[in-house]
Amino acid sequence: MSAEAKVIDMAYKIQQAEDGNRGLHYEENLLWEKEYSDEPGVDLPEPAGLASRTGVEVRGEIGLPNVSEPQVLRHFVRMSTWNYSIDHGFFPLGSCTMKHNPRLNEKMARLPGHAHIHPAQPESTVQGALKLMYELQSWLSEMTGLPGVCLTPAAGAHGELAGMMTIARAHEQKGNTHKKVVLIPDSAHGTNPATAVMCGFKVRNVPTGDTGCVTVEAFKEALYAESEDAAEVAGMMVTNPNTCGLFEKDIVEIADLLHKAGGYFYCDGANFNALVGKVRPGDFGVDVMHINLHKTFSTPHGGGGPGSGPICTSAELAPYVPVPTVVKKGDSYALEWEEDRPETFGRLKGFQGQFGMFVRALAYMMSHGADGLRQVSEDAVLGANYVLSQLKDDYHAPYAANGPCMHEALLTDKKQKEAGVTTLDIAKALTEYGFHPMTVYFPLVLPGTMLIEPTETESKDSIDRFITVMKGFAADIKAGDTEKFHAFPLSTPRRRLDEVKAARNPVLRWA
Amino acid sequence: MRYLPQTKNSRAAMLEAVGASSIDDLYRDIPKSAFVDGKLNLPDHKGELEVERILGGYANENLSAANVPFFLGAGVYYHHIPSTVDHVIQRSEYLTAYTPYQPEIAQGTLQALFEFQTFVAKLTGQEVANASMYDGATATAEAALMAMRVTKRKKIVVGNALHPDYRAVLKTYLGNFEGCALTDGEPDNETACVIVQSPDFYGAPHKYETFRKICNETGALLVVVVNEIVSLGLLPAPVEADIVCGEAQSIGVAMSFGGPHLGFFACREKFIRQMPGRLCGMTEDADGKRGFVLTLSTREQHIRREKATSNICTNQGLCALAFTVHMSLLGENGFKRLARLNHEAACKLADAVVKVSGVSVRNECFFNEFAVDLPKPSKDVVEALAQRGIVGGYALEGNGLLLCATEMTTDEDIAALVSALKEVLV
Amino acid sequence: MAEIKYTDDHECIKIEGDVAWVGITKYAQEALGDLVYVELPEVGREVKKGEDFAVVESVKTAAEVYSPVDGEVVEANDNMADDMELITQPVSEQGWIAKIKMSDPSQLDGLMDEAKYNEYTESLD
Repeated sequence: MSAEAKVIDMAYKIQQAEDGNRGLHYEENLLWEKEYSDEPGVDLPEPAGLASRTGVEVRGEIGLPNVSEPQVLRHFVRMSTWNYSIDHGFFPLGSCTMKHNPRLNEKMARLPGHAHIHPAQPESTVQGALKLMYELQSWLSEMTGLPGVCLTPAAGAHGELAGMMTIARAHEQKGNTHKKVVLIPDSAHGTNPATAVMCGFKVRNVPTGDTGCVTVEAFKEALYAESEDAAEVAGMMVTNPNTCGLFEKDIVEIADLLHKAGGYFYCDGANFNALVGKVRPGDFGVDVMHINLHKTFSTPHGGGGPGSGPICTSAELAPYVPVPTVVKKGDSYALEWEEDRPETFGRLKGFQGQFGMFVRALAYMMSHGADGLRQVSEDAVLGANYVLSQLKDDYHAPYAANGPCMHEALLTDKKQKEAGVTTLDIAKALTEYGFHPMTVYFPLVLPGTMLIEPTETESKDSIDRFITVMKGFAADIKAGDTEKFHAFPLSTPRRRLDEVKAARNPVLRWA
Repeated sequence: MRYLPQTKNSRAAMLEAVGASSIDDLYRDIPKSAFVDGKLNLPDHKGELEVERILGGYANENLSAANVPFFLGAGVYYHHIPSTVDHVIQRSEYLTAYTPYQPEIAQGTLQALFEFQTFVAKLTGQEVANASMYDGATATAEAALMAMRVTKRKKIVVGNALHPDYRAVLKTYLGNFEGCALTDGEPDNETACVIVQSPDFYGAPHKYETFRKICNETGALLVVVVNEIVSLGLLPAPVEADIVCGEAQSIGVAMSFGGPHLGFFACREKFIRQMPGRLCGMTEDADGKRGFVLTLSTREQHIRREKATSNICTNQGLCALAFTVHMSLLGENGFKRLARLNHEAACKLADAVVKVSGVSVRNECFFNEFAVDLPKPSKDVVEALAQRGIVGGYALEGNGLLLCATEMTTDEDIAALVSALKEVLV
Repeated sequence: MAEIKYTDDHECIKIEGDVAWVGITKYAQEALGDLVYVELPEVGREVKKGEDFAVVESVKTAAEVYSPVDGEVVEANDNMADDMELITQPVSEQGWIAKIKMSDPSQLDGLMDEAKYNEYTESLD
């Protein structure tokens, strides 16, 4: 080897050892570890040097790096390459409805007339925004069959809180102070009991039957567990379709029993994508439900928010929802506050809600229209049933024998676990093969659950490729080729992460 | 319909594979009475062009801060957002990712959250921060609930002028707990926390020594609320506080008629297991490489269910990213300069409006916002200014008006306000 | 070897005079996964038999620890808060979470010995 070649070889080795970059796989340090510039990545005008009138001393060193604009952009772009997203590929995360996020929505939310208006501007200067909110209320009302709509809640869990506080307020206003118990099926999302407790209710569990649904008998037993007339029962929280991906067949009868006992039916709207445009929750007994605009109505998940969780209610509960709501008075629109709505339970959030998300959701609704939304539901349900039909022999499908599912298919690792491969291993193997995993270990009603929600925005070809890979896993495991599953993923930006280390000694910030 | 990739053929093939006779066969568990009869009473689908026309029309009916002199603050602020910020947050990899539950394929979001937490901790002078909250009002309510968990007490004292929306939300949240009281009185041995906003609702910055002393004497926690986070580039960090929370919309997030905004939450390290919201922590992967995960999730609802510290299950991920990108661009020098420019704009505004006959400035001290007294009811004045194409501030009770200036406020804007005020106040 | 007693809820107890050292069994630890945190009781707290007095947490779950007797917490294992590995030690060494001064030691009479407990856990699998 020539001396020059040796030098190059050495430089290459150093490069490899130091930054770990290879091909399109990038390493990227934290901002604080970067090379600092003299000047930051923004050029702001020179201050005039006026005397300070703050009345307090001037801030000392904060400890922020000055980094130039190209360095900052490269930093975040390189980091972005470590993320999987819907735009990358199939993302069948059950109960999360990871559907296509149209960019038209983004464009509409960024119009200066939407993005740069202040929530406290005089109403005369924001008539367009109020009209937009009013229209969104009308769309939601028509789709749910529930006449009262409040757009304020910031996310799904916040919508739940709004819904349950609406129920609490209604009972309080009617003098039903003895109503303190809320019935919740054990298949419910964890936010449900957390929300009920936050509203001052006691939780009573309803066991889910072998069919994955709440039976009338089980419901009756829970309803009348403490008294003959269930006088202490304030309501129930039921996700429908439920977290097993099934429609609660007996829901009308269950809702009737609850209503006879003076309770209200709160429906978690997480799975509304199965019904939208086709079935109206108000018509199967729901009194109040929240809608996740970031699930059913395509506003982006953004790596964990912002969401938006409006609630829709029956006419009876409408006076109690949080303020504000938008009303139409003649040709103009106005916000109604506490003065106009004395029975409201009050404010749940600063200002009037996640307006930017309202713009996006309405753009999506208008794009689909009544005809398109119905097709959304049908394609979502068809896709999930197709997955179920193709995988039910390879994986344990606890409810497949009972009939069709709704928009998500439930499998478990029962067959694979015998060979030592678990749901977690299968999820990690999917990441190795370029898919986002399904929701794992939820619902909790069975061990090792896998909840698969393909959504309507996947083509048959895309779903087929997922099915092929899942079938391949099942075949490998059956053939005893299991060792590799414990090591996956191998090709992702990071391999399995040590969560125990993170939790035992939490490091939550750079020094 | 452009968002739906299925074809007639693919639908038919899938139906056949499923063994269903028709699509409605798949809905057979649903009671007939719940089906929409025919179609919803809503218009049919529209193309991109038509939707743009309609929603663009709505946008044009609004008076946008981008086009007019603008003096409104009161917890939501109009600041410049560098173009890099919006470019980064519109990248598919961030925009269309889910909450990072699968850390091996979400390190981009996770490292950004770790940097966000670091920025918030440094700005607030606190030891740790979470990965964001819905908004300043809910963050404040969560701070009160956390103080109740830590101290096992139920009385919340508001120490000074707290934003009225924050107070209203606080009242709603506390109303769910029996025996909870929200007062403006003196803290005592039953007080869980004292809440102090700085700059307060009327724009005045506060010192914390006295509040700290009272809290030490009574065993209450000191909660400092900051809803103009740019102020932390000029005012000292509230290091005396046990919890610092509030609103960070000013950095990287548009006003958007009230949301989405960006709540933040920081506190002392000893309280981390009582903190609400998501936390991102550093760890290693199977090869010993540094990586990040969501951690301490046993505090959260999906595990603790009815014993969770809060029912919140998301943060404001993309807004937190916008903040992080903007802060990265600003750096130490840019952030401090931005704060200084805001203060100077407000100084100029104060000096200008005080020259209008009948107008007096209430504040001796302020950051970028202050209250003035007018010779007329402020609500009418704001409406009259709006008719002249000026967004003129936040109408307080009676004749009070809250005015705000930021780096966006030009000398021409101030001149326009002064001349309009002269007309309106005659 | 000190005699160790076991509850249905997978607590293990070492008895020393009128003080019960309470920890959780290997079986429970395996079911929960690697433990990362323990919420210790305050010293001086009065507990009733069956009352939860501590919480142990793994990455994915949290579990209450129940007192096997009425009594008063006389010591909490502060070392464990700093080093969760200690919980894997025998309860008679560093594996105890708290020591409870019993007001009625006879409440422990019905508990299982090691052989019985092993039988019991086998029946659960």
